[in-house]
Amino acid sequence: MKRIAGMLLVALAVAGVLWADSALSITGAGATFPYPMYSKWFDEYHKKNSNLEINYQSIGSGGGIKQVTEGTVDFGATDGPMNDDQLKAYQDKHGFGILHFPTVLGADVPAYNIPGVTAELNFTQDAIAGIFLGKITKWDDPAIAGPNKGVNLPANDIVVVHRSEGSGTTYIWTDYLSKVSEEWKTKVGKGASVNWPVGLGAKGNESVAGTIKNTPNSFGYVELIYAIQNNMPYGRVRNSSGVFVKADLASVTAAAAGASKNMPDDFRVSITDAPGKTAYPISSFTWLLVPAKFSDTTKRDAIKGFVKWMLADGQNYTEALSYAKLPKEVVEKELKALNSVQ
Amino acid sequence: MATTTTIVPSAGPVAGSRSFLSRLRERDEIARMITFLFAASVVLVTVLLVFELWQGSVLARHKFGFNFFRTSVWDPIFEQFGALPFIYGTLVTATLALLIAVPLGIGAAIFLAELAPARVSDTLEFFIDLLAAVPSVIYGVLGVFIVVPLMRQYVQPALKHSLGFLPLFQGPAYGVGFLTAGIVLAIMVIPYIISVSREVLLSVPRDQREAALSLGATRWESTWRVVVPFARAGIFGSIFLALARALGETMAVTMVIGNTPIVSTSLLSPGYSIAAVIANEFTEATGELHTQSLIELGLVLFLLTFLLNGFARLLIVTTSRRGSGMGNV
Repeated sequence: MKRIAGMLLVALAVAGVLWADSALSITGAGATFPYPMYSKWFDEYHKKNSNLEINYQSIGSGGGIKQVTEGTVDFGATDGPMNDDQLKAYQDKHGFGILHFPTVLGADVPAYNIPGVTAELNFTQDAIAGIFLGKITKWDDPAIAGPNKGVNLPANDIVVVHRSEGSGTTYIWTDYLSKVSEEWKTKVGKGASVNWPVGLGAKGNESVAGTIKNTPNSFGYVELIYAIQNNMPYGRVRNSSGVFVKADLASVTAAAAGASKNMPDDFRVSITDAPGKTAYPISSFTWLLVPAKFSDTTKRDAIKGFVKWMLADGQNYTEALSYAKLPKEVVEKELKALNSVQ
Repeated sequence: MATTTTIVPSAGPVAGSRSFLSRLRERDEIARMITFLFAASVVLVTVLLVFELWQGSVLARHKFGFNFFRTSVWDPIFEQFGALPFIYGTLVTATLALLIAVPLGIGAAIFLAELAPARVSDTLEFFIDLLAAVPSVIYGVLGVFIVVPLMRQYVQPALKHSLGFLPLFQGPAYGVGFLTAGIVLAIMVIPYIISVSREVLLSVPRDQREAALSLGATRWESTWRVVVPFARAGIFGSIFLALARALGETMAVTMVIGNTPIVSTSLLSPGYSIAAVIANEFTEATGELHTQSLIELGLVLFLLTFLLNGFARLLIVTTSRRGSGMGNV
């Protein structure tokens, strides 16, 4: 009996220490694409600041926007910036605005499976848009064959594969298509899920990749990180300067640098089809959503402290996880914006 | 006169309260109240579910009205939502699944209950129960890696070659689609049909069989003419359990159906189902109308299940009545 009482006391003491230790807990929710990066960051930051714990639920960008607007989490995260209606809804509900902070970069790559073709194909803007609109239906179409001289493309029907569930990857892809094709913009538009003119839907990067691998003559898009980690072959895409660029971490960061000259103050910028000779055109930021005003000043200081760390030391962790880091110009601009959080 | 009037009214409540107290003391009343609460919570959850689905879809219901069920455009960007392809896909895949699973499942159950030696029957039953407990995502993976390639390379080309003149088997062979989803669903629901049907067949009284055999029936005749009709209500029950699972299945279906909202007469064509589209789009649905349309789809699925369950009850009631009538003949 005495022993049990003693053990209870010890347990209580330990719990007390832990309780005092994790005095501040901050919650966030949203985008799934940067989740591996975020959980690494929150973990590393917790090691340095043991009294702060950041919990993040990767429930999807839409859910992140909803929850931060409802006020059920301290910050949100999204792969596509909030639109004007959503910003207005936030402003109306809280009486102050919400700020976007770019954290890392992602990109989509075109993947394909054509029996007998092992070469890295070059894709023009028109070719990608044409295939996804269902206007280019065969692999030997001049729009595809033109920039791929010497590759023996078959006269087979193209099987288009896209994501079935709403995702940031689809947002980037359709945002790109809306920029390079007027017809896509008016007929389909951009979003996390759209009304696809053609193609099969597959759930998640792994299903899209699996469907492409198993289906002869297929064409689809996957997240760059997924392609790198799984050694998937993928094609080059022609950028706005007319250069065919293969996506990698450097060419994605180059796209962000090219676009950052025209970076608006609220960071809600799309960097698809960005200027610059080395820029990869199907790239995007992913954002943290931080309220402009906090009633709880300890929480405010903790979040500001984290964002500051993420923009400096945090960026060193990105490449190990295959995320492209932010260009310097963007980091400086973000640090300034961070000061406006009250 | 005076004594009777004083005794009767006082005796009533006293006797009542005493019996209530004594029942309370014997814990019968406590048990009754607690179990009543548990039972009532089922009704409460159902009512709450319908209420929430109804409330949550108010915008979509007002905007689209009955057109929600008739149109087949699903466009989250331009906010046009029609449920027809999803309802169609749900019904087609569930029907296909039952068409495949019912004969196979009941056949297997008859073998296990009537014909197989007890040891074989019990061993197989263990595996069947195991299959029934496998999570659906595993069946989805099985579908993606085994059924889909088989369908694309062998089954669909063969169907097109032999029966391609029918509208049912036309169009390119993608591997995914209604038929593939139906087959994967059939694999998933067969264990339910076998397991429940076997139990029901085993519970048919021994004298039913003996009576048939003593009248000169063969083993098969007694099984097919006497035992199976006797167990009919239970077998129907197993089929409707399977149907319920097929209608609501999400993960395995979305992995093999192709996720394309079209209404096509061809079973080789890719399609979509209600449960799959809700799971796919709900988390990232940012527009209010988009979210509400998905909730309305949930309401539609609920009503579909409700109607089919009601229909099942009706079928069981009418056939068991007819069954007893036939027993007299």
